[in-house]
Amino acid sequence: MDIYAHLDDVCVRYGEKIVMQNLTLDVVEGAITCIIGLSGAGKSTILRLLNGLKKPDSGRVIVKGQDITEMRERDLIELRRSIGFAFQFSALFDSLTIGENVALPLREHTKMSDAEIRKLVSATLDSVGLAHVEERYPSELSGGMVKRAGFARAVVTGPQAVLYDEPTTGLDPIITHVLTDTIVKLRRRLNGTAVVVSHDLESIYMMADYIAMLFEGAIVAYGTVEEIRRSPNPIVQQFLQGSEVGPIPI
Amino acid sequence: MKMLEDVGRGTINVFSYAGGVAELLADAVRFIAQLRIRVRETLDQAYLLGVQSWTIVLLTSLFTGMVFSLESAVQAVQYGVGNLVGGAVSFSAARELGPMLSAVVVAGRTGAAIAAELGSMVVTEQIEALQSLGLSPTRMLVVPRLVALVVMLPLLTIFADIVSIVGGMWVANIYAHISTESFITSARSVLPFGDVLKGLVKSLVFGVIIAIIGAYQGLQTRGGAAGVGKATTGAVVTSIILIFIFNFLLSYLLYGNS
Repeated sequence: MDIYAHLDDVCVRYGEKIVMQNLTLDVVEGAITCIIGLSGAGKSTILRLLNGLKKPDSGRVIVKGQDITEMRERDLIELRRSIGFAFQFSALFDSLTIGENVALPLREHTKMSDAEIRKLVSATLDSVGLAHVEERYPSELSGGMVKRAGFARAVVTGPQAVLYDEPTTGLDPIITHVLTDTIVKLRRRLNGTAVVVSHDLESIYMMADYIAMLFEGAIVAYGTVEEIRRSPNPIVQQFLQGSEVGPIPI
Repeated sequence: MKMLEDVGRGTINVFSYAGGVAELLADAVRFIAQLRIRVRETLDQAYLLGVQSWTIVLLTSLFTGMVFSLESAVQAVQYGVGNLVGGAVSFSAARELGPMLSAVVVAGRTGAAIAAELGSMVVTEQIEALQSLGLSPTRMLVVPRLVALVVMLPLLTIFADIVSIVGGMWVANIYAHISTESFITSARSVLPFGDVLKGLVKSLVFGVIIAIIGAYQGLQTRGGAAGVGKATTGAVVTSIILIFIFNFLLSYLLYGNS
């Protein structure tokens, strides 16, 4: 079992608020790791630590054997090219068409011709179930389509890992199922690693190889889907059951 | 004690702001020096930020030139120095009114637009999306706006100079019966071409101020729609204050006692 990334004793604070305290987590290579936890627990911060968008206040973030904590911005840019990021609200550039959004990293980072880029963009959009939307703007698409366009932009360069920030939040069950299936297929197609932050337990049970639960700034449980479901930890059980009664304060 | 703390905090904030702006400017200049400029985006911004500002620049400079002439021409004729009105209007237009007025109105229109656009991109995670794609927001967003304004503001200033002089000439002719020939002769004798160029140097600096302050405020946006509003207001207020301060400094440096 190879490790793609390792968070080592990481502490993060936003102003006075401590978000992570001595957090340690392994992200297994070639697997889908889902991170669950309460809203505001710092799940999305883990994704930003993994691609260097956020620096920890202390501790180390190791990606593919490299400590990225002290990396210069120039080297981080190189690292980020190998990591796709699908944002919670997709973060598509609203002044660009869907085709231009997906093509942007190819135009900026490769020497591919226009024809090659168009072909790859079209194939990538097809792979996430979006055909013939290249000329449309993000504002002209539904929420689920925008999410998939965000996925396409994240994976178009064939990254080693893809980070998904709440990919199914606010979507209906059918689209949620489609997106979950898309994440699994994309991971297989890229033969890479995926880290998914989500609250959607049904979706997580469908796609996760490993689940990590974040609570009060630390990982309180880690394991396969079955291990987590059977976890004796009362925090995990309260969260999975959505119960008001238990150690998690409401 | 609390007052001292407030003063200390305020001082730190000012230096932190100045440092952040200087860092952003240095980063942008580095990309420009490496010729890593996105030409299409820069042309789009030149159109949006510069060309589309021409009506507001036209109206403000026309009426300012006219009112300046209105106030001075009648008085000048009464004292028998009507032949100096053309010089006075063109002198003030090229050295102060043209660069200042166009900079202030462009700061209000364009500085606000830059801050609002970049601020909205921050709160919708589009800036983080650029970074996550391995792209520099400075190169992608700041450099095109900076180059566009540095080119377009001097052009708008030339336009403002001409419009305010023509407006002044028209009013001087209507109200004080100063002939066009007399007005132009006076203008040419009083206003050296070098002063026009120095006015353009000012507008170039003002262009840098508007673009960088707008971009910095936008990129520092926190907290959703309210944050965007705050960034936009901050960009306009800070740009206008800096334009006035730099106008004084540049006038002192460029014109000295002349």
